[in-house]
Amino acid sequence: MTNWMHHLLILPILIPLMVGAAMIPIDERNRMMKGVMGFVSTLALFVLSMVLMRIASVDGAAAGSGVYQLGNWPAPFGIVLVLDRLSALMLCLTSGLALAAQAYSIARWHTAGHHFHSLFQLLIAGLNGSFLTGDLFNLFVFFEMMLAASYGLLLHGSGPLRVKAGLHYVAINLAASSLFLIGVSLIYGATGTLNMADLSMKLATLSPDDRQMVEVGAGVLGVAFLVKAGMWPLSFWLPTAYSAATPPVAAVFAILTKVGIYVILRLSLLVFGASAGASAGFGQPILLAGGLLTIAFGAIGVLASQAMGRLAAYSVLVSSGTLLAAIGLGHPGMIAGALFYLVSSTLTIAAFFLLIELVERGRDAGADVLAVTMEAYGDADEDEEEEVVGAAIPGTMAILGLCFCLCALLLSGLPPLSGFVAKFAILGGLFGLSGTEAARAISTADWTYVTLLIISGLAAMIAMNRVGIRTFWASIENTVPRVVVIEITPVIVLLATCIFLSVQAGPAMRYMQATADSLFDPTSYTERVLMAPRAGG
Amino acid sequence: MEIILSAAIGVLTASGVYLLLRPRTYQVIIGLSLLSYAVNLFIFGMGRLRVNAPPVLEPGGVGDLSRFTDPVPQALVLTAIVIGFAMTALFLVVLLASRGFTGTDHVDGREQRHD
Repeated sequence: MTNWMHHLLILPILIPLMVGAAMIPIDERNRMMKGVMGFVSTLALFVLSMVLMRIASVDGAAAGSGVYQLGNWPAPFGIVLVLDRLSALMLCLTSGLALAAQAYSIARWHTAGHHFHSLFQLLIAGLNGSFLTGDLFNLFVFFEMMLAASYGLLLHGSGPLRVKAGLHYVAINLAASSLFLIGVSLIYGATGTLNMADLSMKLATLSPDDRQMVEVGAGVLGVAFLVKAGMWPLSFWLPTAYSAATPPVAAVFAILTKVGIYVILRLSLLVFGASAGASAGFGQPILLAGGLLTIAFGAIGVLASQAMGRLAAYSVLVSSGTLLAAIGLGHPGMIAGALFYLVSSTLTIAAFFLLIELVERGRDAGADVLAVTMEAYGDADEDEEEEVVGAAIPGTMAILGLCFCLCALLLSGLPPLSGFVAKFAILGGLFGLSGTEAARAISTADWTYVTLLIISGLAAMIAMNRVGIRTFWASIENTVPRVVVIEITPVIVLLATCIFLSVQAGPAMRYMQATADSLFDPTSYTERVLMAPRAGG
Repeated sequence: MEIILSAAIGVLTASGVYLLLRPRTYQVIIGLSLLSYAVNLFIFGMGRLRVNAPPVLEPGGVGDLSRFTDPVPQALVLTAIVIGFAMTALFLVVLLASRGFTGTDHVDGREQRHD
């Protein structure tokens, strides 16, 4: 790697941080300028993450490749940023999603409050930092940065509903942050290190007392991430918060739960992998049980939801549960499928959140009288007053309906789209169809997982059918929503990415498989980080 | 000293959790503050309790490591204090907004009925 390319690794954090900060002094009246700045920044990030993905997938296990030493201190002492296939994948997903949400917001939602685009950039900076960092405490800092921006974004648009949801969201996340700190400090107290790679090396050599303390710390830490990931019973805040958020915010929040999943996946395979001695596989039974319960809870929630926003929020839970249980089962063959599912479900849910508002806009327009009455009681959604800018699209209902059908197919995991491919890959890995591992007995837990995964798909299909019929066929108000090009394009692009993923499932799955293989080989990661030479030295 | 510190952390945590579960937003914010104090003390304690031991090297020599206390937890505490303080301020704003919108300081935005 040449010298300048080495610095590419810090750009995903620096660009949004600086653009976000630069936008703050710009007057809110120049909103469109801010929007364009933000969009260009996110676009740059998207290109950058593609480049990083290439670097991550081409490079071998040479020491120091993809490791960025902040302050040029070698790994266990200084903080490092680490790029591997998993973090590159998450960076790419984040910037792609952010791009869509940001384009969507320019049509009207960014006018609903102040500093939308700054907060959005800071959220991306926090997300990218969380994915790149190789240090536990640094992870906390980026996590808080991401959360602080997400509080602002959740409250964006204001109104009693959002403030109430925001209050609960802030409170629960502050409590979870306390747990995060307790967990990190317990781990530091026992091992004397905060570097993830170093931690993974040290765990096997610890005395039983210290190992127990690390396990307690990891457990407490895990709770903090599981709150974020939305594992039942830590997920009661999630549906309300997500359905109260403005659509572009909800869309980008779809990846916030995945941060929790990412950290759990990374730590459980890196620190508590096969090399961890007596601690190997720590917490997996809990992840499995919690994941299964989350799928069940999410599926029930999906069936019970009347409003589409809540349906989407419960779909987030189903997706989280599926991933957590897959990590809990921990069969190497499944993780590749799970990663594919992570990408596909995040894109789908984000597209669905964006689509919901477009579809419901038509229904709100017919309920003007009701809205007036509601306003008297302070319940009205004040953002509905905002004018939509831009050219409207023709054949609105046809396009919206088609997008809705695609979302339904993707959410329920029916062929031929990527939702199906993802679930098939997970189940294929579970039954050992990939042929990479020796045949083994299928346990009760495996069967429960298979059953729940299929039932959750059925539940999603029933719920989507019901909502679709009510909205598109049996709608008594015959008003057609006014949808502008810039709003529908992000939805179509997100769904098209899912279709692209289904067509190009082969190459995509190969990347995921390589990612999963590298995750199950923590020594290559630790060696890369700990043996990294100092720059200029 | 160990007993005093652990008792302090315990009492702060217990009071914090109790207040966190109360229905008034002001109680929740005080509870979160107490909880963050407890966590800060806890992080500090994880560097092992030492008195009369500086966390930084003196100029002109490395010296004996046993004469120094672990500087990392102190740096962590500093970061945690700053972040915790900012978050409390932010929560305070949300609390006021909620009070303004709903006219009550109940966390659910409406009073519970007791009839």
